[in-house]
Amino acid sequence: MADLTLENVEKHYGDVQAVRGVSLHVESGNFVVLVGPSGCGKSTLLRAIAGLEGVSSGTIRIGDRDVTNLAPRQRDIAMVFQSYALYPYLSVYENIAFGLRARKVAAAEVDERVHWAADMLSIGSFLDRHPRELSGGQRQRVAIGRAIVREASLYLFDEPLSNLDAKLRDGMREELKRLHSEIGRTFVYVTHDQIEAMTLADRIVLLNNGVIEQDGPPLDLFERPNNRFVAGFLGSPPMNMLDVAVQGDDRSIRLADGQHLRADNASLPAHDGACVWGIRPEHVTLSNGDEPSVEGVVDVVQPTGSRLFASVTVSGQHLTAELDAHADIRVGRPITLSVAIDRTVFFDLGGRRLNQG
Amino acid sequence: MKPWSTGWRLALRFGLAVVIAVMFLFPIYWLAAISLKSPEEIFAYPPVWLPEKPNFSSYITLFRDGDAWAVWNSLVTAGISTVLAMIFGTLAAYAIVRYRTGGDHLAIWIISQRMIPPICVAFPIFLLYVLLGLIDTYTGLIALYTAFNLPYVIWMMRGYIQDIPVDLEQSAMVDGLSRLAVIRKVVLPMVKGGFFATAVFTFIFAWNDFLFALILTRSEVVTYPVQVTGYFGSQSTFWSKIGAMSMLGVLPMMIVVGTMQRFIVRGMSMGAVKG
Repeated sequence: MADLTLENVEKHYGDVQAVRGVSLHVESGNFVVLVGPSGCGKSTLLRAIAGLEGVSSGTIRIGDRDVTNLAPRQRDIAMVFQSYALYPYLSVYENIAFGLRARKVAAAEVDERVHWAADMLSIGSFLDRHPRELSGGQRQRVAIGRAIVREASLYLFDEPLSNLDAKLRDGMREELKRLHSEIGRTFVYVTHDQIEAMTLADRIVLLNNGVIEQDGPPLDLFERPNNRFVAGFLGSPPMNMLDVAVQGDDRSIRLADGQHLRADNASLPAHDGACVWGIRPEHVTLSNGDEPSVEGVVDVVQPTGSRLFASVTVSGQHLTAELDAHADIRVGRPITLSVAIDRTVFFDLGGRRLNQG
Repeated sequence: MKPWSTGWRLALRFGLAVVIAVMFLFPIYWLAAISLKSPEEIFAYPPVWLPEKPNFSSYITLFRDGDAWAVWNSLVTAGISTVLAMIFGTLAAYAIVRYRTGGDHLAIWIISQRMIPPICVAFPIFLLYVLLGLIDTYTGLIALYTAFNLPYVIWMMRGYIQDIPVDLEQSAMVDGLSRLAVIRKVVLPMVKGGFFATAVFTFIFAWNDFLFALILTRSEVVTYPVQVTGYFGSQSTFWSKIGAMSMLGVLPMMIVVGTMQRFIVRGMSMGAVKG
């Protein structure tokens, strides 16, 4: 078990800069998730940590060792690949034992550790089978078994759940989290799925265009995003972004059609003029007359059973509200919605957050 | 589909297979028969289908006179050159696929070497071999067959290696294997079928070579195809010796192809059918 330090890591492919000066310190035993949209550099960064890609500049340290120029096998890491990367010609047992055998571990210990991993992942009953005889979920467990069977300093996961269907993914997420708490090693996990990132991580590192937009505990990023990109990436449905004008002297928020909300008791940014108002759908409720509210017209209603998502046009802009499943609303009808202003965020027109709430 | 129709189709297919098999096997049977016939039976008309009393004297003569040594020479030159071509060819193919050695066109250029008619280079190679003192040596023939088979091996192995997901290799490297160990423990098991199929064809190419064996050997390393032609004389042709020598030459091929058959079939269908 070891911590991981990246210092100014850069990776270029010709003129394309995949990773730009990333610095990061991961504490030993943490579960860190690198998340971001396709092409943001998260997989490149993970592969650089694994040694499967060289870096153009910068330093990678695992524990107190500088591993920047070491081959993958010298880095003492284990990795789970998106494609599972199971050897089709070997049994499940031999697949799990592969890394131990490569490192010349004694046969008795190999056997003991393979069975330990198999028990932990509930795959003990198909150790004799071949990968082609397993379902996607079972293959995924074997791939994870292959990694955890080794006592590596660092465990890397490259989108390991993306080939599974939604239901299996939910189950495996839970198992991965349990596994991490049981073996207590340092996990670095790459995904493009913000739900995976939010649910699994002790700490999220959100990447975009090869740079870290923000990193920290999941709730910090969710509730206090540094910028519009972070705010929009985390959360489903995504945060609403309304163009508004803030007027500091009369503590109000004004929409383009003249509606304005008084925010007497809420903290507004020290900013006068145009900005973008970020409102999470769950912070919008049907108005009861007490809270500051906005008026709009219902466009689409999407009930999910437990909640109801309403798409509303407010001042010519789109706003999604997450309401009670039994809320009495109809498409085409006017609606008045309260906004918990204290829980919303404001961004300047360049996308940076204004209020520090 | 109705059952009777399936039965007829099956019978037709089976019948066709038998006819084709007989067509292909008849020459071998005829060679075997000639090698065991007496001189009178060889020229008898109507032909004698089965020798009345098998006559092994041709075989005994071949061994007694040392002519059978030519089969050993063929085995050594074809065998060693196949092993060398497979080793170097597989490593070269791996480098082309994984390191993109030579860019996109090196593989095409390499296979184009295979398209040169051998006769075009026969004379330069002969002169070179005279200069290097490689005429009538195992080293000379082995080096030549290795060089001639390398393009084929590289081309075939390149195709098989391209089909291996790179994740499998990278996973093994993370697990603790060096690049060479990855080739041995991941790449080779993954391409086993194609590897053996390619090896068999490489062996057959070397085994069947006549041109170079004729011009580059004299007496020490004469190979089996050259030896057989020695029995066609201007005065007389030794049919029973030709039969016996041919049988000795065909036998190793039958053993090789027979034992490797499943690899050959799998190897030839690899890439065509992805599972």
